[in-house]
Amino acid sequence: MTEQATTPTNLRAGRISTLSAAPWVIATLFLLAMPFIFQSNSAITIMNQMAITIIFALSYNMLLGQGGMLSFGHAVYMGVGGFFCVHIMNMVEDMSLPLPLPLLPIFGGLFGLGLATIVGSFSTRKAGTVFAMISLGVGELIAACSIIIVAFFGGEEGVSGDRTYGLPFFGVEFLQQIEVYYLIVFWLIVSALLMYLFSRTPVGRMANAVRDNPERAEFLGYSARWVRFYSFCASGFFAGIAGGLFAINYEILTEENLNLTQSGAILLITFLGGIGFFFGPIIGAIVFTLLQTVLSLQTELWQLYVGALFVATVMYFPGGLAGVLMMHVPAFRLGRAGHLVVPYIITLIPAIIGIFGLCALIEMIFHLRHAPLGESEMTLFWTTFDSHAVVPWLMALVITVVAFAIMRRNMPTLRAAWHRANSLEEESA
Amino acid sequence: MNAMNRSSAPAPALDISGLKKSFGKAEIIRGIDLSIEKGERHAVIGPNGAGKSTLFNLITARFPPTSGTVSLHGQDLAGLAPFQINRMGLSRSFQITNIFPAMTVFENVRCSLLWSKGYKYSFWHMVARSRDLTEAADAILEQINLTNRRDLPAGVLSYAEQRALEIGITIAGGADVIMLDEPTAGMSHSETDYIVDLIRKVTVNKTLVMVEHDMGVVFGLADRISVLVYGEIIATGKPEEVRGNPKVQEAYLGAALEAEH
Repeated sequence: MTEQATTPTNLRAGRISTLSAAPWVIATLFLLAMPFIFQSNSAITIMNQMAITIIFALSYNMLLGQGGMLSFGHAVYMGVGGFFCVHIMNMVEDMSLPLPLPLLPIFGGLFGLGLATIVGSFSTRKAGTVFAMISLGVGELIAACSIIIVAFFGGEEGVSGDRTYGLPFFGVEFLQQIEVYYLIVFWLIVSALLMYLFSRTPVGRMANAVRDNPERAEFLGYSARWVRFYSFCASGFFAGIAGGLFAINYEILTEENLNLTQSGAILLITFLGGIGFFFGPIIGAIVFTLLQTVLSLQTELWQLYVGALFVATVMYFPGGLAGVLMMHVPAFRLGRAGHLVVPYIITLIPAIIGIFGLCALIEMIFHLRHAPLGESEMTLFWTTFDSHAVVPWLMALVITVVAFAIMRRNMPTLRAAWHRANSLEEESA
Repeated sequence: MNAMNRSSAPAPALDISGLKKSFGKAEIIRGIDLSIEKGERHAVIGPNGAGKSTLFNLITARFPPTSGTVSLHGQDLAGLAPFQINRMGLSRSFQITNIFPAMTVFENVRCSLLWSKGYKYSFWHMVARSRDLTEAADAILEQINLTNRRDLPAGVLSYAEQRALEIGITIAGGADVIMLDEPTAGMSHSETDYIVDLIRKVTVNKTLVMVEHDMGVVFGLADRISVLVYGEIIATGKPEEVRGNPKVQEAYLGAALEAEH
């Protein structure tokens, strides 16, 4: 690299790679430091789950975001990879084979890859509806198998293993969650980096080309089908790695890990985060895991809110959370992002209050209808009140209506500010 | 004409014989025989609805023909997929601009270079680090005068620039038979002149087959012109011969008038 760095082309390439290395270094340091900030066991459990979900979501985005393939059955590759890993764990224990635990996810990946090779050989012929329907069918098929083939999938109880089977790996026995955390983080960084690099290779670039315009890609010498097939296999491999890590982390896999609910969840996570940017699924996985773990402790209705968030994302921010973030880049570049702060505050704070008000109403209805008879007291936002009395209802209603009204009134200010912050760009471009 | 070409030793770049195509009951292409030599610039002209685009799509195997054959360098193209035909050295453009709008101009050209530069389905090369790709793509951009648009998304280019990019993508892979489908459609006079000059520049030593509505556009460019009317070629020859042909004048003008009504 250094001896080539004389031509302008290479200077450019060199600068880009140092620039693009920075987020990776920061992310790595951040991941290594996380357990020192959040030391409780439950926090580490959440972080483990988050990291596994990130790998899974990134692998899903190789299909949806990079390759334009909408899959409704991606959980099977993670699930099958995970099931194989549990079986390998048990086999290694029974026969005392010298397989160190940290290498186990590779086997998950290989089994995910194997299954993806088989399924991809016929499902990637077409993109669009045909691909989506086949993925749904295969997902359903394998989920059904998981109940029928008890010997492998363990029926309803699933199969479980013991990750502390073998000899310690350089003195680490993986008894504690924190040890598993660093194992998962290692695989997270490796997988994410490989998936990122994949998108920069010829076949990765052509995956984008085939997504945008398969016909043109064919007339450039590429078979759209083969391009899709390679992406599909790579995606299956990384999903399998996520499955292997899941097996290590939870030491059990059940039908729930590969059914359609799980496949739907990963689609939701990826889309929520944003399919247009590489880091989108990472945000999606973090936000979703937090909602799933933290919000579910607060309310039984958490899935309702996640669903509403998903619908709102699809309708108003098709670029997902990453898209919303990146929307602000032009304003930042122009140094005009500061002009947005006040309009954002006066619009978003009422909006958030309004949403909380609406949530309060929903929770009160739920409590009114479903609380045990005679129990009329409920606690919401650190306030305890009687859900059968009129005053709380009136208060919630008034707060909601007033907050949304203020938001509506301030909306034009935000719109105008947004226009001002970005319209300069058009003039200078 | 066909028989004469077959007897000579090298196979013609493109040989079409007895080509027919029907959509339902409508026969759009009604038996076409045409042979195009290596290095020839050949234009197929005809009024609207003559079947030019259909002929074009039959040659590039976008549709299968009802009967007849198309062969490239003596090899039958029947049943081949577009990517296979492309790898045999035939590259085409589209009448409706067909680029990758979300990618940058540079990336559009680079994608069209990947296969011919031997990268194929590689997942062990980094495209940004492949100097040969970058240099070749920049050379193409220079040729089509889009160097100053290099890093813009292709979708934001002006119409004429997008057409130029389309031509760039078509020639980038180094195919020796270039097929352009109405490259100047919807352009002003000055833009048309610009594109025609560009086509002349980038097709040196290549075989060019071009479909065009307007005879004036191809007059200075084509070595030979074929006139297609109602699915049949009524004349083929040097531009002057074709223009002087009374049959062409009558049919072309008549059909053009009819199309306007």
